[in-house]
Amino acid sequence: MFLKDYIKDVYGAIRSVLKGMRVTGYYFTHHKEIITEQYPDNRETLKLAERFRGEVVLLHDEKNEHACTGCSACEIACPNGTIKIINKFDISPDGKKKKAIDTFVYHLELCTMCNLCIEACPTDAIKMAQTFEHSVFDRSKLTKKLNNEGSKLREGIE
Amino acid sequence: MIEEIGRTTEGDLIINVGPQHPATHGVLHLVITLNGETIKKVEPHLGYIHRSIEKMCESLSYRQFIYVTSRMDYLSSHINNHACALCVEKGLQIEVPQRAQYIRVIMDELTRIASHELWWGAMAMDLGAFTPFFHAFRERENITDIMEKTCGARLTMNYIVPGGVMAELHPDFQKDVQRFIQLYKSKFEEYNELVTGNIIFQNRMKSVGVLSKEDAISYGCSGPVARASGVFCDIRKLYPYDIYNKVEFEEITETEGDSFARYLVRLKEMQQSIHIIEQLLGDIPEGDFQAKTKAVLKLPKGEFYQRVETARGELGVYIVSEGGTTPYRIKFRSPGFSNLSALEHMVKGLKIGDLIAAMGSLDLVIPDIDR
Repeated sequence: MFLKDYIKDVYGAIRSVLKGMRVTGYYFTHHKEIITEQYPDNRETLKLAERFRGEVVLLHDEKNEHACTGCSACEIACPNGTIKIINKFDISPDGKKKKAIDTFVYHLELCTMCNLCIEACPTDAIKMAQTFEHSVFDRSKLTKKLNNEGSKLREGIE
Repeated sequence: MIEEIGRTTEGDLIINVGPQHPATHGVLHLVITLNGETIKKVEPHLGYIHRSIEKMCESLSYRQFIYVTSRMDYLSSHINNHACALCVEKGLQIEVPQRAQYIRVIMDELTRIASHELWWGAMAMDLGAFTPFFHAFRERENITDIMEKTCGARLTMNYIVPGGVMAELHPDFQKDVQRFIQLYKSKFEEYNELVTGNIIFQNRMKSVGVLSKEDAISYGCSGPVARASGVFCDIRKLYPYDIYNKVEFEEITETEGDSFARYLVRLKEMQQSIHIIEQLLGDIPEGDFQAKTKAVLKLPKGEFYQRVETARGELGVYIVSEGGTTPYRIKFRSPGFSNLSALEHMVKGLKIGDLIAAMGSLDLVIPDIDR
């Protein structure tokens, strides 16, 4: 009786293993269903979703103008202190003082890509870029200045 | 702790499993007292990934603190965010638009499938089978792609804000989810062929780590762990939130209470989630995806509690407000902590290999236990 159960167990085990191996064998012979991506060899063809949150960028147009008024809404919305906006005061030709951004500091090393700054921005000056290869050898390179050299506020944005 | 390795006065062996051990899914540290190969005592040591999320939340505003909760139970991060948003909405008495509620629930169920999918792969890997892991990740990848398209991230979505969701659905969303459901249904039979029907697997799971109904209740277990012992504890059924009272689904329970029952509960739950998504996907109502809220949220003075059903069990969010812009105190009742506490009771007297099987069936996520 014991021997009969034993043989039955062994038979059942082999049968269920073979059943499982059939699934494995199916994929072994059907290469079309392989879905593995060959990163980094496919860098040229790799396309990320347009909403993918990689890093914060300040949008500049071809005239080197941006839409950031320096209102610091993003700085307040950020939970980690990732953004620091340093303002300056431009003197316009008619002698009035006008607030403008001096430096838009962005600490990529602190950013968690939560998207709250983009939600908070009233002028849609910043957006999330699809870059994702952020590793560098020196930590200080992760602290970025987002506004370009010599850029200024676009006309008509208050 | 290295000094704890050794022998007790009775001659029992004390060994460490973890904090870095491939079978512990993270930095869980178990100090096990063994008599030969029989387990006499299991002592979980926690705190290796404690980030004091509850304390951190006290310095963040009601909009900001939601993103931190994605880092607790990272496999059901969307459901964690949902719980926090619901709690804040309860305090502010915000009416969430129907469309946002539909989107939230669909996303919740997708997250639940993704979480169970990963657990299924990891569970089989714990028991020595490596192939199922790839099969699980193949389907899971489709969900993360859907998440990436709509939410902008694959794991820590931060898609829910108080009053609705952060962005409109991606135009391809319905099509993608429909395609995923088709794919999932065609591949589900493979799961049973590969793992469920396997005699070796069944023998290792059946009557291992038995938890009776009374014990499941007294240890405070929730989610699939308690449901496998026959406890009806699905928050979606008992205290429906958003539109869960409108959808029709089954609460899966088993009576055995062993590891195999827990395995079956999760496997069947995935199919129920598919069933829920199918009901909702066709008729997402038009309208706003976000209610109009004030720029600065201030909860009135008082205490607010909201619970939801995550992939692991009951998550409770308890906010004490003093009327300011930040919470005075936040407490999270995480499902993993209570489920882990039942581990010692489950595995006492079993062999050390059964510990891994029982632990795998608990579906522990260590950052959820430590917070």
